Amino acid sequence: MTTSSSSTRVTLRDAVVLVGGFPLLSGVNLDLAVGSLSVVTGANGAGKTSLLRLLGGLVTLSRGTGEVSGIDLKAGDLRVLRRRVGWLGHEGSFYDDLSANENLVFAAKALERPLADIATVLDRVGLSARASTPAKQLSAGQRRRLGLAWIMLRRPELWLLDEPYASLDDEGRTFFDELISDVVNAGATVVVSAHDPLRSSALRPRTLTMAGGLIVGDDS
Amino acid sequence: MIRVALLVAAKDLRIERRSRVLLWQVLPFGVMALVLCGLALGPVQAGHSNAAPGLFYLVMLLVALLMINRSRVIEGSPGTRASVATLGLDPAGVFLGKALALTVELWLTGVVLLGGAVLFLHTQLSGTVSALPSVAVTLAALAAAGTLYGVMSGGGQGPATLLPVLSLPAFAPLLIAGERSFSAALHGGALWQWWLISLVALVAYLALGILLYGVLEES
Repeated sequence: MTTSSSSTRVTLRDAVVLVGGFPLLSGVNLDLAVGSLSVVTGANGAGKTSLLRLLGGLVTLSRGTGEVSGIDLKAGDLRVLRRRVGWLGHEGSFYDDLSANENLVFAAKALERPLADIATVLDRVGLSARASTPAKQLSAGQRRRLGLAWIMLRRPELWLLDEPYASLDDEGRTFFDELISDVVNAGATVVVSAHDPLRSSALRPRTLTMAGGLIVGDDS
Repeated sequence: MIRVALLVAAKDLRIERRSRVLLWQVLPFGVMALVLCGLALGPVQAGHSNAAPGLFYLVMLLVALLMINRSRVIEGSPGTRASVATLGLDPAGVFLGKALALTVELWLTGVVLLGGAVLFLHTQLSGTVSALPSVAVTLAALAAAGTLYGVMSGGGQGPATLLPVLSLPAFAPLLIAGERSFSAALHGGALWQWWLISLVALVAYLALGILLYGVLEES
């Protein structure tokens, strides 16, 4: 039985995720505090994305125990959990044929959030001028920003950012660092997967190193 | 559920209006297929053949498979699936919304292809018009079944070739009922009995979709 305190957002004990009999995670133990920033590093296939997907309720826990935001990963309603997390994938996170604004209108209506928030988040991510541009015509960096706007609109408790720095220039990376800092200071828990440790020393993240579906290093 | 359904349907139709896949790819394909059917029958045979309703539904089947595939590909990229999953939408509402959007698209295509049937297969205009209600119900049932089988064949990530193999046994009774009622509208006969079969199938597939879509999507 997994137990977690009110200051703990994530608790995993011997968490195993199997897909088609293949272990994507092979027994992960992890505790993440509310309002913390963690960076998961490791080589391709180490299990970074799988760990993030497990925390988001996007894959099921095969063995072991786990709890995220008070929801049991085995017995709890994963749809409730998913509503509490924000996901930024490295593949693009929205409908390519819809404009930036239309994507956000869809998300806002789905979550019953006020549409007035859309202009605010578009401004925050610097996409106000591209609001009516179809997502497929945005640059890689702008698509990342749109993905962030989608998450910001939702104000989730747990941010799961899968390689957010890929294809970003220096300005984009600085923007991400500032935003992550603001989000963590506001009390959200942020988990970032990256090939390398974060460049910005100001953020002072906890760094977890993964290999073979296990956490093999933790600098906390 | 209804709120989510309308939201998803509006989104799918907006994507379709933007991408114009229906207008520039699917409709020309359907019209060309009807023209070929008309040529195969020949100008003399076409007006007197009983094959027109069957040929119409054969072309509609091909068009429906393209549209169902398109509907599931919209949701197909892993990033989109994950992001939309985190919205926590009611799966029954998502099913109804996708089925509704697909129904509207198939209705638009059906109207154009019925016009094509009058032009190229020389079906009687009055009989074709009186077949409209049964065609509408049959296409709605195809859309509901297609949405369900679309997610069963792996959503946007499954192989496209799996959809026709899986769905054809489910589509066959719908196509037969549709063809029979269209024939009855053209040549006289038990139009309403066949129409009723399509209506029952529509209700059954809607109920199945509402119950099972979430489970199938998760699996």
